[in-house]
Amino acid sequence: MAIFSRGFTGRPREAQPDLPPGQFLTEDFPVLSAGPTPTIAQADWSFTIKTELGATHSWSWDELHALPIEDVHTDIHCVTRWSKLATNWRGVSLDTLFAGVESSYDYVMVHATGGYTTNLPLEDLLDGKAWIATEFEGEPLEPDHGGPARMIVPHLYFWKSTKWVRGITMQRNDSPGFWEQNGYHTYGNPWREERYS
Amino acid sequence: MSYRDWLVGTVVSTTQQTPNAKSIVLDVPGWHGSAAGQHVDVRLTAPDGYSAVRAYSLASTGPGHQVELAVDLIDDGEVSPYLVEELRAGDQLEFRGPIGRWFVWKPEQTAPVQLIAGGSGVVPLLAMIRAHTAAASTVPMRLLYSVRSPADRFFAEELAATTNVDITLVYTREAPDGWPAAPGRVTRDVIAAATTPASENPAVFVCGPTGFVEAVATSLVELGHDPVAVKTERFGGS
Ligand SMILES: Cc1cc2nc3c(=O)[nH]c(=O)nc-3n(C[C@H](O)[C@H](O)[C@H](O)COP(=O)(O)OP(=O)(O)OC[C@H]3O[C@@H](n4cnc5c(N)ncnc54)[C@H](O)[C@@H]3O)c2cc1C
Repeated sequence: MAIFSRGFTGRPREAQPDLPPGQFLTEDFPVLSAGPTPTIAQADWSFTIKTELGATHSWSWDELHALPIEDVHTDIHCVTRWSKLATNWRGVSLDTLFAGVESSYDYVMVHATGGYTTNLPLEDLLDGKAWIATEFEGEPLEPDHGGPARMIVPHLYFWKSTKWVRGITMQRNDSPGFWEQNGYHTYGNPWREERYS
Repeated sequence: MSYRDWLVGTVVSTTQQTPNAKSIVLDVPGWHGSAAGQHVDVRLTAPDGYSAVRAYSLASTGPGHQVELAVDLIDDGEVSPYLVEELRAGDQLEFRGPIGRWFVWKPEQTAPVQLIAGGSGVVPLLAMIRAHTAAASTVPMRLLYSVRSPADRFFAEELAATTNVDITLVYTREAPDGWPAAPGRVTRDVIAAATTPASENPAVFVCGPTGFVEAVATSLVELGHDPVAVKTERFGGS
């Protein structure tokens, strides 16, 4: 049971059914990163999926853009408690990228430039739940928001949506990634407030 | 008791730090201390049960059941005006933590330390300075601190009395009389002139408004720092 804060009324508010518990709406787009923002040229960018069978599946920037690009209209929820509703992205579905990938492992580690990683169950990337996004609100994705390309997995807290994404390694177990080793929850469901481990 | 549980602290005192900011000392039974650089989530609850939560860095560090925060008032903000203008000694405040294991300095770390703060971003870095003092550490530690004007320095007296850390102030709008440099931002040249160079492989901690952290961290990488050695905490805003 919360204690009341003497003299606190809070902002005028309406019921927000789309807002997970403990989140507040923001109009701007805050930045959460552990270090400096890297600058990555499109020509130097590629995306690779590695499996336990030793196979690698790789796409250059141009190869990625030759794949079907989807419009993604979604809410996003950051663990630092801001949410943005009805954001617009464009990107390639992970279903498309995984179409030719064979693996018996159930988990993935997502890698980014700079060495950042995050862990996810594979099923959270498939069936229209995740994309490699290269555009936000009709513009190329800015570097501070993960450009040239970031993963978006909008049904989980946004640190799971790896900025500056470069690849995926299949893993047998749900071994923790960078944020998950530094105090954040292994799964990160905003509707169950899975913020910290 | 884990750091996921909400704790209730009682405000012991509040101190005006700048015209816009106060520090708040709380007594928290059951607090187990924190590492330098960690933060807490503060929760305010209105009479109808509505609650608002924001993150605040800990200026305090180490064991003990007293906790210190310092909060800058954001004009159209929901939580910071309450903490700065309404909260007073005797009030209760709910929070949980300590949170974060990345933006942390521990006295057993041996690399030289470069701290770079903008405005209220000095709060977790002050905790690192306090931890350095408490441990009587011999690791070289420097602070580059950017503020608008002399009145906008947080913990001005404590920093002025600190002798184990080499402190450089940068004034962005208004400098004291006789100050050797004209007011201006923390540019790459300022960083190059007033911080530990990349060649000494310092551990670098940058904290402040998001725009400040973006600009400083980019300059550090341009000056040759390994991005992995530059840890950042972005407080928000632009
Ligand atoms: C890990 C972490 C540690 C933090 N530690 C501290 C601390 O020690 N001291 C401290 O004062 N603050 C700290 N902050 C910022 C704090 O969490 C709040 O964001 C800030 O107090 C504003 O909250 P609010 O409810 O008053 O404003 P809100 O109602 O959240 O926002 C109102 C408006 O102000 C803008 N805004 C939000 N934050 C800032 C900002 N920092 N600068 C400029 N504009 C902003 C918002 O975009 C919005 O437009 C920290 C943030 C993080 C993520």
